[in-house]
Amino acid sequence: MTPKGRQALAVAAACGLVVAVLAGAGVAVWQDLAPDERELLEPILNPRLGLLIMIGLVGVGAAAVAMKAFAQAGIGGPALLADEIGLIVGTDPARRVKPSGSPELKRIAEAVNTLADQRRSLQEDVEARIHEARLSVEEERNRLAALMSELNQSVVVCNLDGRILLYNNRARLQFKALSDAPAASGGGGLIGLGRSIYTVFERSLIVHALESIQERIRRQSAQPVANFVTTTRAGQLLRVQMAPVLATAGEADAEPVVSGFVLMLDNITRNFEAETKRDQMLHTLTEGSRSSLANLRAAAEMLEYPDLDAELKDRFLKVIRDEVQGMSRRLDETANAFADSLKTRWPLDEMQGADLVAAAQRRVEKKLGLPTKLEDVDPTVWVKVDSFSLLQAIAYLASRLSDEFEVREVRFRLSSAGRLAHLDLIWSGQAMSTETVMAWELEPMSFAGESSPLTVRDVVARHDGEIWLQREKTQHRAFFRLLLPLAAPQEQVEAAVYLKGDSRPEYYDFDLFKRTEGGHVLDDRLLSELAFTVFDTETTGLEPSEGDEIIQIGATRIVNGKLLRSESFDQLVDPQRELSEASTKIHGITPGMLAGQPTMDTVLPAFHAFAEDTVLVAHNAAFDMRFLQIKEDRTGIRFEQPVLDTLLLSAVIHPSQESHRLEAICERMGVSVMGRHTAIGDAIVTGEVFLRMIPLLAEVGIRTLGDARRASEKTYYARVKY
Amino acid sequence: MAKKILIADDEQNIVISLEFLMKREGFTVCVANDGQEALDKVRSESPDLVLLDVMMPRKNGYEVCQEIRAEPALQGTRILMLTAKGRETEVTKGLAIGADAYMTKPFSTKELVAKVKSLLDMPA
Repeated sequence: MTPKGRQALAVAAACGLVVAVLAGAGVAVWQDLAPDERELLEPILNPRLGLLIMIGLVGVGAAAVAMKAFAQAGIGGPALLADEIGLIVGTDPARRVKPSGSPELKRIAEAVNTLADQRRSLQEDVEARIHEARLSVEEERNRLAALMSELNQSVVVCNLDGRILLYNNRARLQFKALSDAPAASGGGGLIGLGRSIYTVFERSLIVHALESIQERIRRQSAQPVANFVTTTRAGQLLRVQMAPVLATAGEADAEPVVSGFVLMLDNITRNFEAETKRDQMLHTLTEGSRSSLANLRAAAEMLEYPDLDAELKDRFLKVIRDEVQGMSRRLDETANAFADSLKTRWPLDEMQGADLVAAAQRRVEKKLGLPTKLEDVDPTVWVKVDSFSLLQAIAYLASRLSDEFEVREVRFRLSSAGRLAHLDLIWSGQAMSTETVMAWELEPMSFAGESSPLTVRDVVARHDGEIWLQREKTQHRAFFRLLLPLAAPQEQVEAAVYLKGDSRPEYYDFDLFKRTEGGHVLDDRLLSELAFTVFDTETTGLEPSEGDEIIQIGATRIVNGKLLRSESFDQLVDPQRELSEASTKIHGITPGMLAGQPTMDTVLPAFHAFAEDTVLVAHNAAFDMRFLQIKEDRTGIRFEQPVLDTLLLSAVIHPSQESHRLEAICERMGVSVMGRHTAIGDAIVTGEVFLRMIPLLAEVGIRTLGDARRASEKTYYARVKY
Repeated sequence: MAKKILIADDEQNIVISLEFLMKREGFTVCVANDGQEALDKVRSESPDLVLLDVMMPRKNGYEVCQEIRAEPALQGTRILMLTAKGRETEVTKGLAIGADAYMTKPFSTKELVAKVKSLLDMPA
């Protein structure tokens, strides 16, 4: 019963009581009268009955008023107070009770306010601490991510299911090189958060390595790591070092629990090839020399016999001449072939020559305050250098030029010739004597507060290079020419990878540590914890059955509720048919852009690999799926994973809205639209929309994949045939 | 009667010296320039000893050695393998498949002669 009802009841009861008491008193007095007395009284009372009732009503009214005030204080006031307190507890912790009513109630209200204040400050304190802790965790993660991205070694961290939780840029590039898929997936076909490492390595190999690590942990080995070398599907040779990720156990002396593993990868294919080549050279040198030496020695020993006739003597001498020539030739060949491998002895880094020159410029300008200029710098030249010592040598030479010959500006020039790069340090004016140059080269380098035990000679020797002074008499200038080993140019994908997202790429997700497969059927999994591939296609037209084809596939991934823009798939496809101008107007793809692109036969397997183990999401998915499915028979590639359609889900969330076009949904959900009508642009927008749908779906009780699929099927749109 | 020696090597530069050396020591000498010819000459000329090089065209020295050892009629033939392959494993293999001795190039001609004589049970 509501407080108001109880108040009314109390008032009614009070009134009833007064009526009952008065009526009771009247009846009792009447009963007690003798008949003659009743007769005497009746004429007196009858005319005054109205007055008697009036008195009764006044009494009832007085009782009601008194009771109402009392009930207000005893029931209404406390009920109001309870409501107010409920609001503070439940919805608005900042709300305060207004003290009112009886003095007791006022005191209660004040006490409640004090408690609420205390609670508020406690809450704020806790929140501040949580925030602080989160910030520091975030900072640590970012620091780790930054560190990893700078590492020169490939690092991949996985949980025990082999799902990738973290990888660095180097690993991404390496996996890209390993992948036999077209460049479209950017290596994403093999590497990606939440993806399985077993697409690259045999499961049994990893399991075996983990077992040997467990064994080492049991034996309390100081370094529980495992090493193995393996070949990948693409025939590359990888050296892998595996270290365990140990969960922080509660008690100090408890046996550590392995919760995942770190893989450090080295692609040793090239080293291995180089070593094999070196072995072969060594082999030809030793065995070839042995038989030549045998021939030489035998002939020489024959020549010692005194009874040799002239003809035989000539023949033996010819043998000796022959063999000596042969050996010299073989030695030259081997020495040349060895030259390359000898260079690798000091660990040299491969870098773009232009970068080296730019670094040299910065160093000379900053350290010495000497202006620099560039002449021809060949951007295709890559060099193999120990950049630290080399830059030191360049700066040192520049400092001596400036100090001793008053050179006011130096210039750099870079070119290549044969197997060598020419790096020139040029200045105008007199050239110094050869003795001076010799002295510079042989003194330990020391300049502008820097000193090194190395000499310029040492640095040059370290590169197996050369240095000399050369004069350009016509232009009244001179230069030092440094010969440096060339390196094969490398793809410059690294910059491109970083450009994709303006922030640091999403290369790690430690929440995946908590994830285990545990044989969940996908349908029972929460939408918020599934991995999705959100994709879109551009096509030549609307009718796959009439020969329309996909010309572009764009896709991105959602893992653990985060859109991973840096793990995207963006590929044009040669449809092997003409493209109508009308369709070009929609997607902006011209026939020229499709020339030389791979066909569906190579793109579809790559996309299939990219989408492996994920749920597909697309806007108006049925349309895109039909284009994919029509290829099933020919390519043998089937997309059997579950599919969600943002169009249908939008109809589930907003059944009364008329438009479920992507633009309309974006507007409703506050997703900013950019780059639409490219497949990757639409895929990203669809992904953003889908992420915002997940909590909205949860509000209407749709939490698992199964829920979402069932709800989609029930919508009106699902029944419309496309 | 002079003992007969077959020199089996594809390198003329060593054959010249070996031929001269062996003739000078009083042996009858015949020459084969590849593995198959060596095998044929072992059958037709029945030499007492073969100086067998390992690296030869058509058939290598190991094959020739094995085939000689497989024919009962040729059991008396001594085999001295000569090779530029100096590794322990190769020496072991040569001796295991039936060579009587093994010399690694480069060798001293005096030692070779001594070895040949000892294999043929002749006084040095």
